Amino acid sequence: MNLKPETFRQIDEVITHYPVKRSATLPLLHLIQEDAGYISSEAIEWVAAKLELQPINVYEVVTFYPMFRQKPIGRRHIKVCRTLSCALMGGYKTCEAFEKEFNTHRGEVSPDGEVTVEFVECLASCGTAPVVMIDDDLHEKVDCARAKQLSDEIKRQAAGRAAGKVASSG
Amino acid sequence: MPAPQQRRIIFKHIDEPGYTNDLACYVRHGGYEMLKKSITLQPAAIIDEVKRSGLRGRGGAGFPCGVKWGLVDRKSGKPIYLVVNADESEPGTFKDRYIIHQDPHQLIEGIMISAWANNVKQAYIYIRGEMPHGARILEKAIAEARAANFVGQKILGTDYSCDIFVHRGAGAYICGEETGLIESLEGKRPYPRIKPPYFPAVLGLYQCPTIVNNVETLCHVKHIVEMGGDTYAKIGTPNNTGTRILCVSGHVQKPGYYEYEVGKITLGELLNEVCGGPLPGRKFKAVIPGGSSAKILKFGETFTLKNKDGTSRTLTVEDIPMDFDTLAACGTMGGSGGVIVMDDSVNMVEALANINAFYAHESCGQCTPCREGSLWMKKITHRMVHDQARSEDGSLLKSVADQIAGRTICAFGEACSWPTQSFVAKFGDEFKAYPETKNAPKRDGSLELV
Ligand SMILES: Cc1cc2nc3c(=O)[nH]c(=O)nc-3n(C[C@H](O)[C@H](O)[C@H](O)COP(=O)(O)O)c2cc1C
Ligand code: SF4
Ligand code: FES
Repeated sequence: MNLKPETFRQIDEVITHYPVKRSATLPLLHLIQEDAGYISSEAIEWVAAKLELQPINVYEVVTFYPMFRQKPIGRRHIKVCRTLSCALMGGYKTCEAFEKEFNTHRGEVSPDGEVTVEFVECLASCGTAPVVMIDDDLHEKVDCARAKQLSDEIKRQAAGRAAGKVASSG
Repeated sequence: MPAPQQRRIIFKHIDEPGYTNDLACYVRHGGYEMLKKSITLQPAAIIDEVKRSGLRGRGGAGFPCGVKWGLVDRKSGKPIYLVVNADESEPGTFKDRYIIHQDPHQLIEGIMISAWANNVKQAYIYIRGEMPHGARILEKAIAEARAANFVGQKILGTDYSCDIFVHRGAGAYICGEETGLIESLEGKRPYPRIKPPYFPAVLGLYQCPTIVNNVETLCHVKHIVEMGGDTYAKIGTPNNTGTRILCVSGHVQKPGYYEYEVGKITLGELLNEVCGGPLPGRKFKAVIPGGSSAKILKFGETFTLKNKDGTSRTLTVEDIPMDFDTLAACGTMGGSGGVIVMDDSVNMVEALANINAFYAHESCGQCTPCREGSLWMKKITHRMVHDQARSEDGSLLKSVADQIAGRTICAFGEACSWPTQSFVAKFGDEFKAYPETKNAPKRDGSLELV
């Protein structure tokens, strides 16, 4: 498994939190996904060996929980809340605004590889609907205008990164 | 009469300028004094105070906390676990988030007092996966509390040790159900367990006695120790004691969180006065009073309830006091405190289609009636909105819902049937008329809901 040394350290630490190793399945999958971007079949087998389980025990967890993914996604992950309170305040329009900005459909990686836009269920911030999570950050009251601003920011950061790459390679 | 004042106990410091979520600030505001007091008391005395307080769980079922603690098997010789339910995923609910982000030490103090009272050896906070910052804040706060000897080995110079670890979920609503949560904490799919025999108090985490309590419930414990169970029981109304946080979302002028003595504010006061009434030019149409699983209330309907002395009284939706018992008597529930408001721009078929999509997505799939039923309810409402609608779809929906509730392993079965049953019962005309309505031009302001 190719992970950062820090990730291996965190993995060994988190296992000590539980009297039964299997309990560390979700924490390990989170740590690996944060580091590697997704859960590969190699990762499933590695976690199983690490926790003295059968690969199926890990596989059934990866396939059940919506947050775990077995394929890479865009560099940025845009999760739009779909559930009632957000929908009542225009969440579907917000989602469409992101899809349009990045020329993509929900659930797919945008053509430039920059984002994956997704609908998710209630994010527990219904009082400031519609809400959106971009990577780890929650954004509140995201109407279409705000969705455009957030998209512009993501595009600026992407352009900055591209420029940085050109500068360092040139 | 103006609406009563908020009484902020749990949310006292939420949004207070200058109040930060670190240990120093918490201690400056008197933090951990109740833990210090608690460890001078006998555990049984604290359980007794919690029983006298009448505190009912704030996670959804409203089960008396002291009674739950009394059921814990203390004779098995196995370690006792405390699991904090911070999964907060019932649509419409957003209170635990603010406690975790802005006042994590209040929760940690509540956990440690409850742990001491129940001789708990290890506590876990199960926080939903979509709150990564919340998990980090809790981890930092626990580390601070551990360094100050409030958590961990031999706390505050006693022989009592109990650590707290944070465990992140990964996006599944069913992890909020207490036995599903336990399975998830054991590293498995969160398939709820069948009760009996798997009552957490006897056979919980690792088949050991386990207490599962909601974040807000455990925060109340600190204040019960502070004021004493009898004084706490005077807050609120009989059998519905203390304060509770009401989360209002949807079509009101001022959505947000409001903490009131239980039963001291009516739904009408909450929505019209506290939340500023409907949006401009709109009228309230319906409200779900306790998270999306609670049965819907229709503005204009009335409820005739029996009084203790045998007489009866009639309440409108606006008259309903926000307590567990009256909401139950009106056929719905206080649930998780999530109040979702819909105005006259909403078509109820479309609102139900949104809710049904949620439940179909979240059923764990163990029980056939729930797995198939939630899916078919979603398919029917989705078809109604996006394809052909038939005037008999309402009764078809009802027949599916009626075959789920009461026939499943966990209460998700009820949670997914109640919306359909209540929407069809109360807005049956709208379901019948939907084939025509949907072809009529949309009223302005109406939104896509599914
Ligand atoms: C489908 C389902 C979802 C639930 N989700 C939550 C939740 O997100 N948070 C919570 O505290 N309780 C939730 N509960 C209630 C828990 O099962 C349990 O009753 C509660 O955590 C007990 O704590 P309390 O007594 O302090 O309320 C849910 C129950 C069901 C049936
Ligand atoms: S009722 Fe639904 S969610 Fe609960 S155990 Fe059965 S299938 Fe799973
Ligand atoms: S419905 Fe969107 S955050 Fe709850």
